[in-house]
Amino acid sequence: MADITMKTIMRDGIWDNNVVFAQMLALCPLLAVTSTATNGLGMGIASLAVMVASSLVVSIMRDFITKEVRLPVFVLLIATIVTLVDMSMNAWMHEMHKVLGLFIPLIVTNCAILGRVESFASQQPVGKAVADGFFMGIGFTVALVAVGATREMLGSGTLFANAPLLLGNAFAFMELTLISDYGGFLLMILPPGAFIALGFILAGKRVIDAQLSSDDEDELTTISVPATDQNH
Amino acid sequence: MSLSKTTITTPSYRQRIGYHGMLVGGTALLASALLVIGNTSTKDVIAQRHAEDVQQMLSEVVPPTLHDNDLLQDKFDLDGKEIYQARLENSVSAVAFQVAEPGYSGIITMIMAIDKDSKLLGVRVVSHTETPGLGDKMEAARSDWVYSFEGKQLSDDNQKQWAVKKDGGQFDQFTGATITPRAIVKAVKGGMQFFSENKQRLLSYDPGPESAISEAKMNG
Repeated sequence: MADITMKTIMRDGIWDNNVVFAQMLALCPLLAVTSTATNGLGMGIASLAVMVASSLVVSIMRDFITKEVRLPVFVLLIATIVTLVDMSMNAWMHEMHKVLGLFIPLIVTNCAILGRVESFASQQPVGKAVADGFFMGIGFTVALVAVGATREMLGSGTLFANAPLLLGNAFAFMELTLISDYGGFLLMILPPGAFIALGFILAGKRVIDAQLSSDDEDELTTISVPATDQNH
Repeated sequence: MSLSKTTITTPSYRQRIGYHGMLVGGTALLASALLVIGNTSTKDVIAQRHAEDVQQMLSEVVPPTLHDNDLLQDKFDLDGKEIYQARLENSVSAVAFQVAEPGYSGIITMIMAIDKDSKLLGVRVVSHTETPGLGDKMEAARSDWVYSFEGKQLSDDNQKQWAVKKDGGQFDQFTGATITPRAIVKAVKGGMQFFSENKQRLLSYDPGPESAISEAKMNG
């Protein structure tokens, strides 16, 4: 584990050990905010910032933190970072905060951040810890956007609605109406829809993983075990 | 895993209870210090931004053609409510004030403006913590639902109309969220009642002697 390469970190973060699709962490914020792809993207970006910052701080402090009290220390640091991100966005990125403001306190409850800090950043040098935080954040963002886009397309027939609110008017082209005069499919917008969409996406990931591993090892019978969390 | 390695190389004083206490305490101190710095350096900017928000909201509910005074300047207190008075040539043309009501997951704060003929000029949500994607359709940026209040009036015989459609009223509810629009309609109705109960005081304006003269001149 000590000689983990950047490539592995990237692969792990985005696919093999994806926060949602492989580790099954952070499902609470995932299910709560992904009623549209834009909401998912916003939550993803905010979580990414917190993940990078908390990985950085914990990696710097890793030599002082003892095993026995590491959890309260991590929680304190993460909560502080989230609050600081919240305050500085409110002050200097006010328009964006108006859109994302609701999600930001939710990031504290994101166990994926604590999980990565615990299993990676507290044992790795600063560069790798930051890279891990970044790619885990990207992986989480991908998951949020995937679930959000699925629910939005099925639930309201649009894709990236209100994207200009989040990203500025330059991104107005992202706003698509796929089905005009679509009555809406309420179930997909409601929380149960999140579970259903997530279930299908998870199943899809496993099918792809099974395909990939059967391509790799044709001679073996493939009762494929998809990438599990290697850090436990 | 390297965790066991770390434990072996850990200096002995780190095994003591005292070190653990110091570590957590020290981190808490560091966290508090960071938060204090963060708070003091953002407090004024945030207050400024919120004042701009209020100004922005006011300009959305009170059309600029209805007033020639500075709304943020000309405010007064009435029964604990801050009233923004819009005046045109020293006669009150409209008033704006905030109303609040608990929604699905917290207080929804709104600003509403009523003109001197008791007609609702408009409503905007100032702050809320409703579910993103479900209960946030009351934001003017997300849907035009909130415009359905414009021009509405409250009288003795249309009390029942002031409710969401599900409750037999005239306002749409949102897909998947009824509690939020219900709370907003209730708050706005409360604001309308507040206006009709205090109409005299809300619409009265006593200009200084100088402006009284100019008004007299104009009327003459």
